[in-house]
Formats: sequence, C-alpha cells, structure tokens
Amino acid sequence: MAELTYRDAVAAGIAQEMRRDPNVVFLGEDVAHAGGVFKATVGLLEEFGPLRVRDCPISEQAILGAAMGAAMTGLKPIAEIMFSDFLAVCWDIIANEMAKMRYMTNGQVTMPVVIRTANGAGSRFGAQHSQSLENWAMTVPGLKVVAPAFPADVKGLLAAAVRDGNPVVFFEQKSLYSMKGEVPDGEHVEPLGKAKVLRRGSDCTIVALAAMVHKAMDAAEVLKRDHGIDATVIDLRCLVPLDTQTILTEVARTGHLVTVEENPRLCGWGAEISSIVTEECFWDLDGPIVRITTPHIPLPAADALEDATIPSVARIVETIRTRID
Amino acid sequence: MSAIPKAKKPEFEIGRETRLDLFRMQLELRMCEKRAFDLFLQNLIKGTSHLSLGQEAIAAGFGVAMKPDDYTFCTYRGHAHTLARGASMSGVLGELMGRECGLMSGKGGSMHLTDVEKGVMGSYAIIGAHLPIAAGAAWSAQYRGTKQVSVCFFGDGTTNIGAFHEALNFSVVWKLPVVFVCENNFYMEYTPIGAVTAVEAPAGDRASAYGLPSIVVDGNDADIMFETAMAALDKARAGGGPSLIEARTYRHSGHSRADPAKYRPAGELEEWLKRDPIPTYRERLLRLGFSEGTLKGIEDDTQRRVDEATAIAKASPPPSFDLIDKDVWADGSTAWRN
Repeated sequence: MAELTYRDAVAAGIAQEMRRDPNVVFLGEDVAHAGGVFKATVGLLEEFGPLRVRDCPISEQAILGAAMGAAMTGLKPIAEIMFSDFLAVCWDIIANEMAKMRYMTNGQVTMPVVIRTANGAGSRFGAQHSQSLENWAMTVPGLKVVAPAFPADVKGLLAAAVRDGNPVVFFEQKSLYSMKGEVPDGEHVEPLGKAKVLRRGSDCTIVALAAMVHKAMDAAEVLKRDHGIDATVIDLRCLVPLDTQTILTEVARTGHLVTVEENPRLCGWGAEISSIVTEECFWDLDGPIVRITTPHIPLPAADALEDATIPSVARIVETIRTRID
Repeated sequence: MSAIPKAKKPEFEIGRETRLDLFRMQLELRMCEKRAFDLFLQNLIKGTSHLSLGQEAIAAGFGVAMKPDDYTFCTYRGHAHTLARGASMSGVLGELMGRECGLMSGKGGSMHLTDVEKGVMGSYAIIGAHLPIAAGAAWSAQYRGTKQVSVCFFGDGTTNIGAFHEALNFSVVWKLPVVFVCENNFYMEYTPIGAVTAVEAPAGDRASAYGLPSIVVDGNDADIMFETAMAALDKARAGGGPSLIEARTYRHSGHSRADPAKYRPAGELEEWLKRDPIPTYRERLLRLGFSEGTLKGIEDDTQRRVDEATAIAKASPPPSFDLIDKDVWADGSTAWRN
C-alpha cells in the first residue's frame, strides 16, 4: 500500500494501463506538457512520449471525435474534458455518437473510450465550472458512468474503464484532488458496477456518490454519537452499471433510504434509486424515502452561498434526525 | 452554372478499365438510388431518405480511387458512398426497408448505413459530427502506421458548423491522413448556401484559414473526381496531411423525402440535368472509343443486379425482436443494473 493523493491516483491509473497496452493513448487540453490544470496527469508525457500523450487545441468536439474515431479503429483512448461543464459543447459526440454507434450498427463497432472530467463544487468557481453532471450521462443509453470517492477507486475504476470496451464517462471530483488515501501497490483494477458498503448500521441506509460519500460518512458519525441513529453508508461508485442489489439488500435490512446527491434536484440519480426501491422493496420500507440534494438552482460562486447550497454534514444530520425515527 | 470550375485537361491518363469502373460505379449508385425512391413510393421504405441523385460522380470517383482498407465516413445522405465501397446493394436496400438482410439488420436505417468490413465506418445524421471522428480514425491509422486514409464526405451546410472548423484545425496540426470532401450542391437544406455563408466557396474559401490550398473542382465529372481523389489520397498516404476538397454538384431531388424543392428557381434543375454526370460520362466514353455494346452491357448488368438485390430485400423478413435487447454494450448485452 502506498499513500497517494486522488490526483496522483489518476496519473497512476492511466500509467498502469498505458504500460500494459500500447493501444492506450491519452489526449486533452493542457494534459501533456502542463500535466493538466489540476496536475492530475503529471509525468505521463515524460514516460510515454508525445505520440501517446497529446496536447489538443481548445476543441472539445475534435478531442472527443478524435477519441471516438480512434476507438472505432483499434485504439483505446482516454480523453480529458477539463471541466465537466464543458461536456455541453461536445455532448453530441458523447450522447449521439459514442453511445449509439454499437447499437445502431448491430454490433459492428466497439467503442473502448474513457472520458475523464473534473466534476462538482467546492472550489468557488461559479455556475459554469462547478456542476455535478453525472445525471446527464446516466440518462443516455450506451454510456457507463463512474464517480469515485477515494484514491484507490480512482486508480482501480479508471483501469476497469479503460479495459471495459464501452464509452465510460469518468467523473473526478475536483474538490477531492488533494485528498490522500491508501492505494494498493502493483496492478489494481476494481470492477465497474459494484457499490461499496462503507459502514453498516441498523437504522437507515444512506446512498451517496463522490464528494457526498465523505459528507455522508461524517454525518453518520455524528448521528451515531449525538443521536443514537446507526446508519449504513453505501458508496455507489458507478451509476451505470447500477448495483441495485447492494442497495435493495441494505434498504431491506434498515427499512429507510436516504440519498445524498450533489446534483440539482430534478431527475437526480437519487430519484431513479428511489423509484427502484419503491417498486422492488416497498414493503420493507418503514417510512418515506428521503432525497437530500442541492436545490434546483445554478450554483452561486461565493463561498458562503456555495456552502449553503451543497448538502452539508449538518444538513444531512438534521434531515435524517427529523425524518427517520 | 458559372460557379462550376472549367474542366481541366486530365493531368494523367485514366486507364480504360478504370473509366469503365467509374461508369459502372456511377450507374450502380444511380440505379440503386432510383430504386430506393421507387420503394419509398410503394411504402416499402419508411422513415425518410436523402437521395444523392445527380451527385454520383463524387462518391464514384473516390470509391474507385480508395484502397480496400481505407475508411469512409458518410452523412445521412450516404447510400451512394456506402455502395461505392462495395457494400452489397441488398444490404443497403434491406436496411432502408427495415429488413433482416439490411447492413445493420434494420437497427440503423437510411441515415446510419455502416459496413465496417468494407471500410464504411458509419453514416452520421448530426451535421458535422463525423469530421472529427474521421480525423480520429486517421489519427489511429497514423499511430498504427498502416498507411490507411480516412475520407469524410459532407455537404456545403456543414461548413458553417463548429465541428467543421475544429476538425480542420486539429487535423492540420496533427498532420493526419484524412481527406475532407465537401459536396457543394448549393443548398444547405432548403436555403441557398450563398444566403447563409460569408464566402463564395463554402469550403474552398475556408481552406486558407487552415493553411490548406483551395481545391474547388467539378463534382459532376467522374474523371476529375477520380484524379482529385488520387492526389489527395497519395498526399495523405505519403504523410503530407489532410486535404479539403470542394466538389460542386447538384442534387436532382429535394433535401429529403419530405422536400419537393420548390424553392429552386425555374430552369435551374433543367440546366443541371444537361450536366448530369452519367449521360455526360457515357458520351465521353463513346468519344474515347468505347463501344455502344460495352456500355449497354454494363447498363443491363447493373440494372439486373439492382433488380436481384431488390428481390432479395423484399423477400427478407423483418428483423428478429431479439435484436432490440442486444448490443448496447461490447459484451452484446443491454444491462444497466444487476
């Protein structure tokens, strides 16, 4: 085990796959010489050279189009879109092209491509550089959606995404880039579509993703210590494939479901999970499902306002304390 | 008509067999497309279709010039470009008719014809999307050192969308083996391209912005298209980077099945029909000493093959319902949860 930051785990995951497979290539804006604006890809150019690690113009459609064309013809590209907000300018390539090509062609094409992007709030960047957009990707058939919360999962899930053979949108939480954690030495691959139960309690099941996993864990500590509520916390890790079995099992055991989502309210992933749980284990529920989300607003920039909009430990504690009994 | 560049004297001789290939190819594209129109009127083809009638010389010129492992990227007006790579006529007609024998067993339809085995890497129905994708295939060929060239066809309207400009700049900077072919038929969809474009030559006048020479050619002349294609393909294969070609042509029918093309000024179509690439090519071949019998033989043989393909497609059953739940993912499944 080595202690790595979340950002170093990104480079470690890419490097692991590039060493293993010469068809893995990496492209994006400022990713090679500069090592990425978040310094998550430092050292890759030096190790793998300019033919495999390539700086691109500010042309998100060209970056993802090139990744797609390369993926269809034998390469396994990893493309970086600097901020997930920029997915909007190249969404056609992701949602209309990459996601549908295999189905439309009756399986003639495979699309082994990973789109890495920095997602989420906490950096006071305002409404166009702070969004949590994993729900956009979740709504499109043909996209896998990954959002790790820990450095070990960054490396392991990134490796799995490269090997998956499908378009994977890989949301890195920009507020977690400096977080440190233990990462297994040697080759490390975590399967896509497996949620992780981080702690088990008997009173409610909290399902969270990415940065909200850490808030949920902190809230669970407070709930136990101060209020005698013992919560299970599930780190989803992937939205597609969705590990519904882990969720259903834990909800059936605790009788309560709380989702903690950084995304704005409408059609957040928690709504889909709420729907599945309602349809499939309604009689195991002891009370209404609770969704804790960011309000349905564009994000404000000021630190005080941003902190007041994103679900906080205090809001999670207070909501669960008053809604679960 | 003044917008058409004058035909240059061929810079190199085109072989007699190649000329017959160009004639045969144009005929196949024309007759198959006409058949698609007939089948539409018979309600055997549903949805929409965008016909290339009148534009065949461009797809044929490239189809004959390209090597078997080169890549083609088409638009939704892609029946001709797909056939020009050797895709089966019954596969194309069957796909249009939503039959099991279709190239994609009916899962794609007219606007998404794909035949990877023949190098047809897809037909794309979102304007401009496939230019960067074609660049990506060229990057892959460059990276793998295969000498393959990626050829991307699109219409004049595409030159006004962002992806066109992103792909051109990207391809030049990376010196990719890709040929961008703008088929300028003078209408973006229903609107004259000149009314919505800052320059007279939608592709040709933009080339200099990317350090490329302006290449504007007569897209109704299969010989010129063949020569232009050979030059651009050779340049790409030799590591000389991308080309941008504007081939001027005219579609004989409307933008799509829904369009009677009433916006065109009276007499314009008639003028262009005088320059129909197929009768004019036939006359040239006769002047060059090919016998009437040879040409008639090719015409009869092509018509027979179109008829056979039509019969195969008509006899083919609808696709199996099993296909609905197949091939979202590389493992063949559609599962999004456990």
